Amino acid sequence: MAILVLAEHDNASLKLDTAKVVACGQAIGGDIDVLVVGHDCGAVASEAQKLSGVRSVLVADSASYANHLAENVSDLMLAIASDYEHVLAAASSFGKDVLPRVAALLDVSQLSEVIEVFSSDTFVRPIYAGNALATVQSLDDKKVMTVRSSAFDAVALDGSAELVTLAQDIAPQVEFVTQSLTESERPELGSASVVVSGGRALGNSENFGILEQLADKLGGALGASRAAVDAGFVPNDLQVGQTGKIVAPDLYIAVGISGAIQHLAGMKDSKVIVAINKDPEAPIFQVADYGLEADLFDAVPQLLAQL
Amino acid sequence: MKVLVPVKRVVDANVKVRVNADNTGVDTANLKMAINPFCEIAVEEAVRLKEAGSASEIVVLSIGPKASQEQLRTALALGADRAIHIETDEDLVPLSIAKLIYAVQQKEQTDLVILGKQSIDGDNNQTGQMLAAIGKMPQATFASEVKLDGDKLVVTREIDGGLQTVNLALPAVVTADLRLNEPRYAKLPNIMKAKRKPLESLTPADFDVTLKSHQNIIKVNAPAQRSGGVMVGSVEELVEKLKNEAKVI
Repeated sequence: MAILVLAEHDNASLKLDTAKVVACGQAIGGDIDVLVVGHDCGAVASEAQKLSGVRSVLVADSASYANHLAENVSDLMLAIASDYEHVLAAASSFGKDVLPRVAALLDVSQLSEVIEVFSSDTFVRPIYAGNALATVQSLDDKKVMTVRSSAFDAVALDGSAELVTLAQDIAPQVEFVTQSLTESERPELGSASVVVSGGRALGNSENFGILEQLADKLGGALGASRAAVDAGFVPNDLQVGQTGKIVAPDLYIAVGISGAIQHLAGMKDSKVIVAINKDPEAPIFQVADYGLEADLFDAVPQLLAQL
Repeated sequence: MKVLVPVKRVVDANVKVRVNADNTGVDTANLKMAINPFCEIAVEEAVRLKEAGSASEIVVLSIGPKASQEQLRTALALGADRAIHIETDEDLVPLSIAKLIYAVQQKEQTDLVILGKQSIDGDNNQTGQMLAAIGKMPQATFASEVKLDGDKLVVTREIDGGLQTVNLALPAVVTADLRLNEPRYAKLPNIMKAKRKPLESLTPADFDVTLKSHQNIIKVNAPAQRSGGVMVGSVEELVEKLKNEAKVI
């Protein structure tokens, strides 16, 4: 029985998510191979070789994989899937895009956002925005699943896996046009140990500056509620929630966020939740470990001064 | 360009659901049901493509219990031309749904299928991708902008860390993200008109599709409740507690 983990990377470095998916693979048990698909991604493969408990790193390096398009990556995965009983990827935008396509090509169902391994065919996953947890047994011969990386601790980087180069190449089906990424010096939202999030109450994008300062002071990442994203205060990729990023940092500070079901779905597994809100009835206070009823424009500068 | 939009009937997004007493599922009896918010965005986008002269006809499809026809009527009131309902009381996995959608896509020969990126009940985020794989069609998931440029579709996608733009040859599959558009409200005259629009009712047996059993739900539990926190009186007290009690800063 072997497990294939699809690596998450940007052709330059391996994302921490991969180490967390490997941890999920270890919980299932079996030989773990990591697949690195990309272009000029030798450095990523070397990094992946260090992941603890990995048997081998399979590398498919080709210009047609440069942008990690699902059509190309899934065809390659189908070609090598016969050797594996489990196929895993992080539940990131990349994993969510590619893996269901792989599952359908294999004619098997997929389990999304797995948070716990019960046995090699039975897994736990949240449904209804995290308001229920379903324990699901897969009846398929291959278990294809995306893993919620915030639910697993990354494996160490003390391994020395064998490197295997894959020869497969495919005709690209989709034309890639452009990519524009949000530039940020801050840690990645999904893996940050501290997240400072703002909501509609911030009022405008300039006011998000005080949250940026707070995030920087705490060495954390910046997040936002859907309301703040829809209002254009911050880019979409900062949205925390059912349809945005799912985070579980050590400290989550929600500033001016009411705490709608869809937002809570993305952060309620944080270790410590702090809410700063001037509405004492805001639902966020029901999940917050520490609540402060105050105007954020008074409280946040005070907080900054005291850290 | 003929467009197919699959829509799903789900518990309204603002309802907080509860796990039923015997832990077999979520209690949906007597809850307010609605069209899945992402499906609504998909319908709106199809209507906009038609208004822009890019789409010629919009067919909406729902697979589920008889009551799903309410959501199809809603989609018709929003501007879809006709509806197909595949009636089943079985809880189908996304792969089976994708197979049925593909059968309809083939029958109707549609050029574009727009779906929501995920349903807010199952939270699977799979159906569109699976449909694309089954039909060997290109896919653009998590779309925040869709334009028809000659014979190809230009789609901007929301990805972790930013945006990406791809060109797709038709037929293609697009799944809608929240930012694609702001769905309109159905006006009363349109709701009345929608009652006279064609709605074809079929069953899975009308298609040459074999649906397998893929998974067993062993149990459904409520998640662990967070223990109630404390309200602090001042910023000083908050900092003190974070430093000495929670030890997170």
